Amino acid sequence: MSTPGHGLAGTGDADDVAHGQVRAPAAALLICEHCDTVHRSRPLAPGEEIRCVRCGALLARWHALDAGGMLALVLTALIVFVIANVWPVVTLGLGAQQSSATLWGMILTMWEQSSQVVSVVAAATLFFFPLNKMLMLGWVLLFARDGRRAPGFAPIMRTLHYLQPWTMTEVFVLGALVSIVKARAYFDVQADPGIWAYGVLTLLITIFSGIDLRRLWDATEPDA
Amino acid sequence: MSAAPRAHELGIIGCHVCGLVCREPAGDDAACPRCGAALHRRKQGSLGRTWALLIAAFILYIPANVLPIMRTMSLGDADDNTIISGVVELWVKGSPSLAVIVFTASIVVPMTKFLVLGTLLVTTQRDSDWALRQRAKLYRAVEVIGYWSMLDVFVVALLTALVRFGFFSQVEPLPGVVFFGLTVILTMFASMSFDPRLMWDGPDHD
Repeated sequence: MSTPGHGLAGTGDADDVAHGQVRAPAAALLICEHCDTVHRSRPLAPGEEIRCVRCGALLARWHALDAGGMLALVLTALIVFVIANVWPVVTLGLGAQQSSATLWGMILTMWEQSSQVVSVVAAATLFFFPLNKMLMLGWVLLFARDGRRAPGFAPIMRTLHYLQPWTMTEVFVLGALVSIVKARAYFDVQADPGIWAYGVLTLLITIFSGIDLRRLWDATEPDA
Repeated sequence: MSAAPRAHELGIIGCHVCGLVCREPAGDDAACPRCGAALHRRKQGSLGRTWALLIAAFILYIPANVLPIMRTMSLGDADDNTIISGVVELWVKGSPSLAVIVFTASIVVPMTKFLVLGTLLVTTQRDSDWALRQRAKLYRAVEVIGYWSMLDVFVVALLTALVRFGFFSQVEPLPGVVFFGLTVILTMFASMSFDPRLMWDGPDHD
């Protein structure tokens, strides 16, 4: 895994990066992901954020939540996620007939209706990815509370990074609202507990989206 | 050297997964010593890959708009809707404000992505230093809004699962929705494979 010739980063040795210009230890440098500009990191005041001087991208942001607070949020999100998936989202009524849909009902219907691509995309972005994200994050945070790295920390953190753009719960909630309005023209529409749970989940996801998980690398120590 | 040096000028490299700063490795297949992710100075084959994904997405976007995405059957009558006709129907019968949201997600956002990524690719290939900060901002915006285009796909899926009253009323998905879903996924991959750092690699911009 390690590459010969650049073992400097783990040690954070001041002079390793020094090229005349930079005297700060490697750990105190921030490199903008959008333009490659090097910045010096500094402690942030509440509410403060650092933006790249060259391209304006967000480099770092102050966080109110510690690992324990984040763990509480993840557990809340897990409970809400279960509710959102067990209860139907919407029920339609036409005369005496009723028809309701859950997320999995939707996924299975799309599979049967020869739209397997949509079925797979929905199952991945609305169920498997969000669920795995919460479970992995919960696992990592459980250990991070004591400043430790959970077993499998590095591969989990890499997976979380790559899963990041592929959860679409917020989009589904908006889609459910649009569906309700569209169906209201023809049917009696009743919003079920599932949709409220999804609303809460969206709120939690919004809070989470502002958190840069990379700081868990700095907040934890590898087991010696 | 300018006041804000860039990483490759200092011979250092930042891990794109965990943010660790380390000395630029000699070989091509180096891994981050902290998290184990592959270290690249720039995303590999960024421009070619982004062009390929973007063109593929655009090709799929045509049937996604031309073909109907959903069929509504009611008492034996079949009514096929494309993305645009769905927006119009929502405007007329439901709520104009939601129609605007759906129109934005299904038409404005994908078109913006095609235009913005196309512009970024062309200007980057020409080493242009035109409006660099604004272009950087545009790229970040495209990354944020991209996945909202999936809205119409989920609407069709949910309505299909909900409206199941047999002869009285039934909704079926039609091939347009599959093309549209694929378009969204491909544009997401396209914006991920674009490396915005290449914009700043051209002539000296300071």
